[in-house]
Amino acid sequence: MASWGRRSTAVAHHMRAFFTANKTAQIRIGTRRYPFFNPAVSSALVPRPWPSIINMTSLFLVNRFTSSVAGSQAGSRHADDDNDDNLVKKELAVKMYSDMVTLQIMDTFFYEAQRQGRISFYMTSSGEEAINISSAAALGKDDIIMPQYREHGILLWRGFSLQEFANQCFGNKDDVGKGRQMPIHYGSSKHNFITVSSPIATQLPQAAGVAYSLKMDKKDACVVAFIGDGGTSQGDFHAGLNFAAVMEAPVIFVCRNNGWAISTPISEQFRSDGVAVKGQAYGIPSIRVDGTDALAVYSAIRAARNMAVNEQRPVLVETLAYRVGHHSTSDDSTKYRSLDEIEQWKTDRDPVNRFRKWVELNGWWSEREETELRSNLMRAIQVAEGRRKPPLTELFTDVYDLPPSNLVEQEKQLRETINKYPIDFPSDVSL
Amino acid sequence: MALRNIIGKRIGNGIGLVGRRSLSTSTSDVENRNAKSMNLYSAINQALHLALETDPRAFVFGEDVSFGGVFRCTTGLADRFGKARVFNTPLCEQGIVGFGIGLAAMGNRAIAEIQFADYIYPAFDQIVNEAAKFRYRSGNQFNCGGLTIRAPYGAVGHGGHYHSQSPEAFFCHVPGIKVVIPRSPRQAKGLLLSCIRDPNPVVFFEPKWLYRLAVEEVPEHDYMLPLSKAEVIRQGSDITLVGWGAQLSIMEQACIEAEKDGISCELIDLKTLIPWDKETVEASVRKTGRVLISHEAPVTGGFGAEISASIVERCFLRLEAPVARVCGLDTPFPLVFEPFYMPSKNKVLDAIKATVNY
Repeated sequence: MASWGRRSTAVAHHMRAFFTANKTAQIRIGTRRYPFFNPAVSSALVPRPWPSIINMTSLFLVNRFTSSVAGSQAGSRHADDDNDDNLVKKELAVKMYSDMVTLQIMDTFFYEAQRQGRISFYMTSSGEEAINISSAAALGKDDIIMPQYREHGILLWRGFSLQEFANQCFGNKDDVGKGRQMPIHYGSSKHNFITVSSPIATQLPQAAGVAYSLKMDKKDACVVAFIGDGGTSQGDFHAGLNFAAVMEAPVIFVCRNNGWAISTPISEQFRSDGVAVKGQAYGIPSIRVDGTDALAVYSAIRAARNMAVNEQRPVLVETLAYRVGHHSTSDDSTKYRSLDEIEQWKTDRDPVNRFRKWVELNGWWSEREETELRSNLMRAIQVAEGRRKPPLTELFTDVYDLPPSNLVEQEKQLRETINKYPIDFPSDVSL
Repeated sequence: MALRNIIGKRIGNGIGLVGRRSLSTSTSDVENRNAKSMNLYSAINQALHLALETDPRAFVFGEDVSFGGVFRCTTGLADRFGKARVFNTPLCEQGIVGFGIGLAAMGNRAIAEIQFADYIYPAFDQIVNEAAKFRYRSGNQFNCGGLTIRAPYGAVGHGGHYHSQSPEAFFCHVPGIKVVIPRSPRQAKGLLLSCIRDPNPVVFFEPKWLYRLAVEEVPEHDYMLPLSKAEVIRQGSDITLVGWGAQLSIMEQACIEAEKDGISCELIDLKTLIPWDKETVEASVRKTGRVLISHEAPVTGGFGAEISASIVERCFLRLEAPVARVCGLDTPFPLVFEPFYMPSKNKVLDAIKATVNY
């Protein structure tokens, strides 16, 4: 079964669309259109001949969901449901496009702010804007998000402001996280977005527990837990999916398969046929979708949500994309992959450009609005930068619900030290 | 029961455990009305019944809890409260604790059972990196205070490496969680109810040797014992002994024998290891000038080291002798060598005398 491993690698790394004149080569399966890929270019990383085009296209079949509830066959979805035009109305499409552009620009600004030494760290979601925004658009505001760390587009969709993003990145006194964590470790109870934590995949078994609680409440809501391709190797991935399946918890596991876990390509991550088959192993309905296709992601997440909530069971959605940016500001991905490869995905497969082509726009988005957005971002960053950090007491609160005696004592001792050596300590933390 | 046979054998080898252990407990902390004689697992079972009775959003889950659990602690719960609230989980400790954190994050009382403390390590990441930091890292927007993790710990006479461990020290190094260890049935019921209702994630280690052996009058009503409050269970003036869990009954026997030699021992049950009650221990050491700590866990890096360092910092000039520690050896918990490994009554007694005569 050597070809299975190659398929998986080829998906993320070795796609090259044929462009002839002005036409994108496509195949049509049902009502969906899929780009044609030439895997003929082999990478220096995995010097093996690639399977032919015929084999490759089968990877992009969007399998129709057939629900199986207590013996009765609910049947496959109606033809109407597959009609792209009916699925996403213009108003929604405009907000989706607008937020995708905002996300891209916001990522650029914060990335540059880190380069300038103004914030300590940042992670972009370049290449995954559709995954972020389409997922958010397909969900309800009561659906609880349990992110890994590359899903801030969802917060953006839900109304987290540019200022709030900047506040967290600067860790100032208006950061709802109280300046305790690195940038991009956002969390907002107001937006049902559980705080990001750095350890990989820990949110997955937690998602099963959160969803079980929703199930007990009989709420019309589900949990949506995100994970990357690398995260599916963690033990908590196995734990999370298995628990969700056994508890029949309404969780949507969304795997952002972007081909890379820092410098580790998926050929060095697993030898399964991608991630969707892993879900199947746990008895979880699983679907693989083109993550650069905003409508495909929207459609898949919508269907997944209906299944999760109405059938009270977990669903796995594997979205295929490419991590166009570096892993983070601490990474230079040109050290382990070719500039050509990055450029290719950036220009040919940009989800934002792709979506723009679908949406027929009549002067609703202009240069002026983009300029306005940029100046709003600049202002948010400047304001956030100028604000003081949270006061010193916040170092000691929330370890427990109330500070125990050892922390009261330590705060007292620390304040004595600060009084004696003020020069050792940053001045933007109020005492 | 195999355990009784072991006890019988042990008597022959002079370990000093005779039939059921009786323990002295302070009668001042909880009223005695409607008290019934019961063992440790029954007391814990009662606490769990009360927890689920009084909070419709309390859940009990873990491996094999549905039929009553391998130590019978969860008997009757599934029948009474239904399988939506009392259920088996797959065999996966990191899943059990992760799931519990999620459940608790939604405001529920998640009472997770880890079958043996020896198997808690796969969940260590979830406990340390997630549960302990959940509130802090979110700026108090989220918390998993409703989580309680229960696990049987400690020597049982024949448990070997993987059914005898005392891993409390690993968890005492983690700000954000509490670690609680009861010494007896009556203590266990009150402490467990406090842990379940405490708004912080707690790890509750239950001394498995006492599940059947320890029998005590336990009030049948709902009562709670305070966390982070140590208890002086025996008054004395010559030396302070500090311990927790099953080891206290060994220490108590040593105290009784020391008394025959005219040594008056004060015995303190720490109960909560973090955050621990420094004030009570310090007050006692100021009275006696001598302190001895005893625990089953290996001596190096054990929690006795923290107590010792703190007491020396606070009471250096008052101390008449070095702080003594009588603990397990620095080996994996052995099977046939268990009697040699354990901090026995005579080891404790010798250390009491050495400290008093320093």
